[in-house]
Amino acid sequence: MIRLEKRKQTSRFWTYVTPILAVVLTMIFGGVLFAILGKDPVLAIKTIFWDPVFGEFAFYYRPEVLKKAAPLILIAIGLSYGFKAGIWNIGAEGQYIIGAICAAGVALAFYPMEGRWFIFPLMIVAGVLGGMIWAMVPALLRVYFKTNEILVSLMLVYVADVLIKAFSIGLMRNPDGHGFPGSRNLNDYSSAANLELIAGTGLHWGVIAAMGVVVASYAILARHQFGFHVRLTGESPRAAGFAGVNANRLIMVCFLISGGLAGVAGMFEVSGPAAQILGSFPSAYGFTAIIVAFLGRLNPIGILLAGLLLALTYVGGGAAETAMNIPSATIQIFQGMLLFVLLSVDVLTNYRLRWAAKAGGV
Amino acid sequence: MSDQLLSLTGLTKAYPGVVANDDVTFAIGKGEVHALLGENGAGKSTLVKMIYGLVKPDSGSMTLNDQPYHPQEPRQARASGVAMVFQHFSLFDAMSVAENIALGMERPPAPRDLAHQIREVSQTYGLPLDPHKTVGGLSAGERQRVEIIRCLLQNPKLLIMDEPTSVLTPQEVEILFKTLRQLKSEGTSILYISHKLDEIRALCDTATILRLGKKVDTCTPAEKSARELAEMMVGTSFASPQRQDRDLGQVLLSVSGLSVAATDAFGTALRDISFDIRAGEILGIGGVAGNGQDELLTALSGETRAPTGMIKIKGQDIGQWGPNARREVGLLCAPEERLGHAAAPNLSLTENAMMTGAARRGLVSGGLLNWSKARDFAQEIIASFDVRTPGSQNAARSLSGGNLQKFVIGREVLQNPDVLVVNQPTWGVDAAAAAAIRQALLDLANQGAAVIVISQDLDELIEISDRFGALNEGRIEKFVPMAGLSIDEIGLMMGGAGTDV
Repeated sequence: MIRLEKRKQTSRFWTYVTPILAVVLTMIFGGVLFAILGKDPVLAIKTIFWDPVFGEFAFYYRPEVLKKAAPLILIAIGLSYGFKAGIWNIGAEGQYIIGAICAAGVALAFYPMEGRWFIFPLMIVAGVLGGMIWAMVPALLRVYFKTNEILVSLMLVYVADVLIKAFSIGLMRNPDGHGFPGSRNLNDYSSAANLELIAGTGLHWGVIAAMGVVVASYAILARHQFGFHVRLTGESPRAAGFAGVNANRLIMVCFLISGGLAGVAGMFEVSGPAAQILGSFPSAYGFTAIIVAFLGRLNPIGILLAGLLLALTYVGGGAAETAMNIPSATIQIFQGMLLFVLLSVDVLTNYRLRWAAKAGGV
Repeated sequence: MSDQLLSLTGLTKAYPGVVANDDVTFAIGKGEVHALLGENGAGKSTLVKMIYGLVKPDSGSMTLNDQPYHPQEPRQARASGVAMVFQHFSLFDAMSVAENIALGMERPPAPRDLAHQIREVSQTYGLPLDPHKTVGGLSAGERQRVEIIRCLLQNPKLLIMDEPTSVLTPQEVEILFKTLRQLKSEGTSILYISHKLDEIRALCDTATILRLGKKVDTCTPAEKSARELAEMMVGTSFASPQRQDRDLGQVLLSVSGLSVAATDAFGTALRDISFDIRAGEILGIGGVAGNGQDELLTALSGETRAPTGMIKIKGQDIGQWGPNARREVGLLCAPEERLGHAAAPNLSLTENAMMTGAARRGLVSGGLLNWSKARDFAQEIIASFDVRTPGSQNAARSLSGGNLQKFVIGREVLQNPDVLVVNQPTWGVDAAAAAAIRQALLDLANQGAAVIVISQDLDELIEISDRFGALNEGRIEKFVPMAGLSIDEIGLMMGGAGTDV
């Protein structure tokens, strides 16, 4: 019989090894899944994880990975603060959508005026504010009415989803679009476009912002009092209160950070890769970012790596879909499985396995 | 037939990394009150759990009435006549006394018969208890009676009592002792677990002393001094705290009419508490657990805010200030719950030093944390308070209770507080560590700080405090000088729960 025994201290070794173990196990389970679907498991795994980076068409896939990783990392970094403190913002997807709508609204309001020096920064501000406002709803309800922030933030995703559909066929519809849904293409509006800074690299302002946020977040968590208070709250709310942390203010600040970063991710997406407000704009980045945050151990560097890996599953999954005729839903199963496996093997960081004939009472 | 009821031979039980009991051999005679004495972690609990069938020994054997005895589970132990009253009660608040007792019995009689039996037993043994009362409304002492009566209804040959007096007022202790003596005279053996030496000397015929899982000695406690017993229990001699005469200075903390509503449904509201405390004074606050101790500490620490005008430090109104602002003016606290309130279990000692030391020790400037200074501070605490740990990078939860408590108290003492408030400073701490902590509190007062000690340990309060007050349902009626106060008077001040006999 296997018995779990609590460790005296969290294992450093397993803290770093479990994410890798989870990825490997997910690849194995995924391979079994592909085999059941009648596909060559080794080839499928190679198509998803190897080819986009090192294969023949890597020059096309690599920039795509970077573009997909940027929003994932931005959102996941924002979420990591709340998650560390035990504050569960599950609605980053909604904040991401609202950020995109607000940023696009600014761009469309100024169209076709030239003035990138103020329009683009203003869009960033609008994106951040949009995401923050959407995040403040669950935060304020939690603080003042003790509602459950998980439910409220999640529900607001569906509200945002309906809003963007309404905007794409209503307020923001392209007047020159021959009645098709969707706003103007922001990539064509030079004052608002978030294009590749160096062609063929995938490097746009969102990628730079993501890298900046990773560095800043690393510094805050290691060196700043706020980062310490976040960790303290997550470890032990009563101890944090004793140390002078104002729990309500912390909830609001964590929601502001995650909402703001999700909003700005939406801004970079709508002005860049997505190019317009459209009903199909929501792409579940806000949900995938939850996996990224946990796979990255809520650590900025870990999130950077996890974000790249999850972006790879999107890109590689797309490649496998076309090359091997694997259903597109498979990749979502894959991502879900990854989180599931990760949470399961996480037990090892705080417990050790013992083989015992029969457990005695303790 | 011998006159031994239960004899243990070579009982050994090991857990990963620690041998809880190592070759323990002793015997309990019929009609004997046998004390099991030892510090926390000495292996007392494991030993009685083996006797009660909760834990199986790795090796060794037991005989009960000269018959081999290997209880596989508590039910079997109870069937053999072994009953146990645990330190933590297992009662349902929403049910009546009789219902709770019925739940613990193998074949409960009809409710009316049971109520009758409960009345009978409670009268025979002088334990007044109404079988129809709801447990939720009972005091700790009355709850313990429920547990005891539940055991007595099964006519046990051996009654095991785990730290029974920790929740009782002195008067309730007297009633309990009377009951135990009566049981003894009727031939019931009692295994009495405690670390309170005076009680053991007053009550017990024989004492077996455990240290680090091994039996040190079996002796007659009445023939030994409390000090000899303590030294056997700890293994070394240690200095008792020394008090000096101190001159009292100006009033540092002034609390007037402090009333704070309970923050949750199970909390206690503070009602109209008033006192002044001067520099160099130690104020002892006693009382049975759950009468507002925690609430008083959080009201003073700033975790719960008080209305304006109720808490003043050196004349400054701080009722509305948060914990860190209060620290900056010199009011420091050490809460009762070490893991999860005073310290964060999974964080390192360095991080725990940062937790409250940030402001007064200059560990933060402009929001940036100075970890090397925090490490130095943690190491200073470890060195000056003899905290046994491999280093400051270790998690708080890896320390033993006594060591972590020394760390928590040391962290506040080394910040040179003007006023220090501690709640249960030596709860669950071994005797040597407790003596060191009390000495540190006395030293702090000698240096001119005001110290408030909230504690359920009366011996501790008698030993170190200058004035005494008792919390009873969130109130403190009066403060009186400790010198010349008798145990009876203290008991009455504590609210006299259980004195209505």
